[in-house]
Amino acid sequence: MSTTTTTTELVETKKSGGLTAVAANYIDERTSISTAVKELGRKIFPDHWSFLLGEVALYSFVIILLSGSFLTFFFSASMAPVQYDGSYVPLKGVEMSAAMSSSLDISFDIRGGLLMRQVHHWAALLFVAAIGLHMLRIYFTGAFRKPRELNWVIGFILFILAMAEGFTGYSLPDDLLSGNGLRIIDGMVKGIPLVGTWISYLLFGGEFPGEAIVGRLYSLHILLLPAIIVALIAMHLLFVVVHKHTQYPGAGRTNQNVVGYPVLPVYAAKAGGFFFIVFGVVMLMASLFTINPIWNYGPYDPSPVSAGTQPDWYIGFADGALRLIPPGLEFVWLDHTFSVNILIPLVSLGLFILVVLIYPFIEAWVTGDKREHHILDRPRNAPTRTAIGAAGVTFYAALWTTASSDIIATHFSVTMEGVIHTMQFLTIVGPFIAFFIAKRVCLALQKKDREIVLHGYESGRIVRLPGGEYIEVHQPIDEYERWKLVSYSDYKPLMIRPNAQGKITTGQKVRAGMSRWFFEDRIEPVGNAELEQAHTDRH
Amino acid sequence: MAKDDNSGKDLAAADSSGVGHEGAPAGTAVVVRDAVANPGFPPHRPRVTDLDPSAERRAERTVYTLFYLSIVGSVFAIAAYMAFPIVPEDPGSVRMNNLFIGLGLTLALMAIGIGAVHWGKALMFDHEGIDERHPVRGSDETRTRAVEIFQEAGSESGIGRRTLIRNSLIGALIAFPLPAVVLFRGLGPQDDNPAALLSHTMWKKGTRLALDPTGTPIKASDITLGSAFHVIPEGLQDLEHGRLEEKGKAAVLLMRLKPEDLNELPERKGWSYDGIVAYSKICTHVGCPVALYEQQTHHLLCPCHQSQFDVSNHCEVIFGPAKRPLPQLPIAVDSEGYLIAQSDFTEPVGPSFWERN
Repeated sequence: MSTTTTTTELVETKKSGGLTAVAANYIDERTSISTAVKELGRKIFPDHWSFLLGEVALYSFVIILLSGSFLTFFFSASMAPVQYDGSYVPLKGVEMSAAMSSSLDISFDIRGGLLMRQVHHWAALLFVAAIGLHMLRIYFTGAFRKPRELNWVIGFILFILAMAEGFTGYSLPDDLLSGNGLRIIDGMVKGIPLVGTWISYLLFGGEFPGEAIVGRLYSLHILLLPAIIVALIAMHLLFVVVHKHTQYPGAGRTNQNVVGYPVLPVYAAKAGGFFFIVFGVVMLMASLFTINPIWNYGPYDPSPVSAGTQPDWYIGFADGALRLIPPGLEFVWLDHTFSVNILIPLVSLGLFILVVLIYPFIEAWVTGDKREHHILDRPRNAPTRTAIGAAGVTFYAALWTTASSDIIATHFSVTMEGVIHTMQFLTIVGPFIAFFIAKRVCLALQKKDREIVLHGYESGRIVRLPGGEYIEVHQPIDEYERWKLVSYSDYKPLMIRPNAQGKITTGQKVRAGMSRWFFEDRIEPVGNAELEQAHTDRH
Repeated sequence: MAKDDNSGKDLAAADSSGVGHEGAPAGTAVVVRDAVANPGFPPHRPRVTDLDPSAERRAERTVYTLFYLSIVGSVFAIAAYMAFPIVPEDPGSVRMNNLFIGLGLTLALMAIGIGAVHWGKALMFDHEGIDERHPVRGSDETRTRAVEIFQEAGSESGIGRRTLIRNSLIGALIAFPLPAVVLFRGLGPQDDNPAALLSHTMWKKGTRLALDPTGTPIKASDITLGSAFHVIPEGLQDLEHGRLEEKGKAAVLLMRLKPEDLNELPERKGWSYDGIVAYSKICTHVGCPVALYEQQTHHLLCPCHQSQFDVSNHCEVIFGPAKRPLPQLPIAVDSEGYLIAQSDFTEPVGPSFWERN
């Protein structure tokens, strides 16, 4: 089949002649590139601002690769002690690791070096943030539904890997702050039963801090993790091509089409331009705002530490979880120490992550819906899902806020104990409150949508009737706007029925319970009959 | 492929609520019988640049001006690289270098980006296109053929029939990565036992307490009431190897309280000297240095996770995630009046670990 395509292309290109045609012909005869152009060149991508979040993540990763490659030419991943002899006067003559010394050289002795370091760090912060927001967009619009469940899993692994990249990179300069971060990791690892002591020992190549860890993290940071991330991003994007992009509900859009702009030329111009905008914004931040001033912290030493230090933002939730643990949760049993104060954060964060990872499969099991979904849900039209998301966000936000408990206490002149107790309360009760509020808000918005569809929108025009009564005139909405409000999937709770053996299994009962929890409160989309009825009432 | 907008009218009947292509089960989804019909695409709205030729020319001018500006930015960045060199020992020059190269690059990048997006939005053909979707699953023929291929491969290789070959291969494939796992034992030194290493520090009977970081020995008479000192064992600074490792375990805080404020355990009566007490500085939670001393309340605060220890009550935990009190270093005074350790710590310092008991 490709032969015919190639021949036609050939005939066409030969006709037009010129260098471009010759080059195109040369390449196509060796790569069959025309097939790819035919398949992808006019591929349609729908437009929406929220679709840009994933692009921001992708572009910041490219920026990280570019700036990081530059940094590798100057960074020395060694913990061998050296005397600092660079341009930064306050640290002259101080003994530090070669890693710290070379990081200072990048900052103070290489023109544009500090800029590249700051581009790298800002882009890394943006990378994790963009992935997080992208995941929230996917979650709240139900874009993880069939056939995209596996791509959710890939994206989720990318999120974890991005945090791992962030942490390994943060530790490389071997400054006081990053060393303390590693110290905390060491302490947490040692709290793991049975294997913790050994894992720490092997990780650090002996006792903490040792002289091995920076070199090892460097291998992970620039080789292993980026290789896995690049491979997973390739898969992630391949799936986007295979599935074709989702679209928001809108007039003319169906589950069987994609409406938007073709890759060539509009999408290429807009997405390509957007790469430069993201790069430009990161560059602007790197020019104007200092990030991670390691020269202020000094080299790592296990004894000093400064108060009010914070990890990079994406590690905050884990640090907060450690702070929330009440006193006394550790015991010795059978000659071994059980560090419950470490295990509770590890296990609960692990479970939280697991639930996020498998959520698409849970929801698919509850609904039993095996159809493909390419039209996104407006968050209000899946109230329970949105409420679960709000609860998760609240839980994460509470942990994250707790990572700044000391700063909150000093800035607002409140007691440390008061802040921790408040955050303990919010971490546990906050998600329930958020769930309730979000669900009610969703249902209220759905009711409002119904109201608008049936009785029109409030025009703001007040009319006095002959009888003296004042009314506000409601204007009916046009059919295109109406379509957005009435076209959504609606589910009802599962009815339990005995199976072929006449039994009701426990699995069925659990599923029915979950289904009731999900879909008990539901607002049906407006149908034709209701619309007609409302129409007649109005006249 | 890309069609004009209103050709979508024929799609109006198609339901967008997600009814599957090939009748896949809808689960508990409600299929609405009298659903409102999809009205098809709304009429196309032309842009200002489509209607007003002068607006179009203006947009064109904006786009190429931006691209030229980008070139200016690149040139500026190169010029800044040369015009703002780093002067040794002048941090201000680093700031200028960073700022002007950065701003030049920002202009170079932003101008390309905004120009390209503006071109795409204001000037390029703006009628939306439509792609048809097809089910992600392969067609029935494709799937049948795929199954056939596996069956053919199975029978041609005999992998299902020759179970001994199959099982031994599975075994071999499981076994061969194991040596690689074993190799990772080499990440840590060979003959040491981590739990044993964690259980002792550099302190031993007679080691003088010295100031951190100078290493000057401390006389008991230098410790005034209410003061706190960061302490290391004398000789730490002279170690050839493992200085940070030893410091990570041996760092000590030295404080002097009024003897009547100290509520000492009976078995530790002889561990202090005239109100001077020495405690490990390494937090028993995850190992941060417990560096903040509140003189009035005699509390120690860990800046990492806010565990608080009460020095007057043998450093027991009064708040925060730590469980164990900070280990106490028994101290005494030698014949010259210097503070010395009576022995090593009597328990492992720092974070808990599995083998600790």
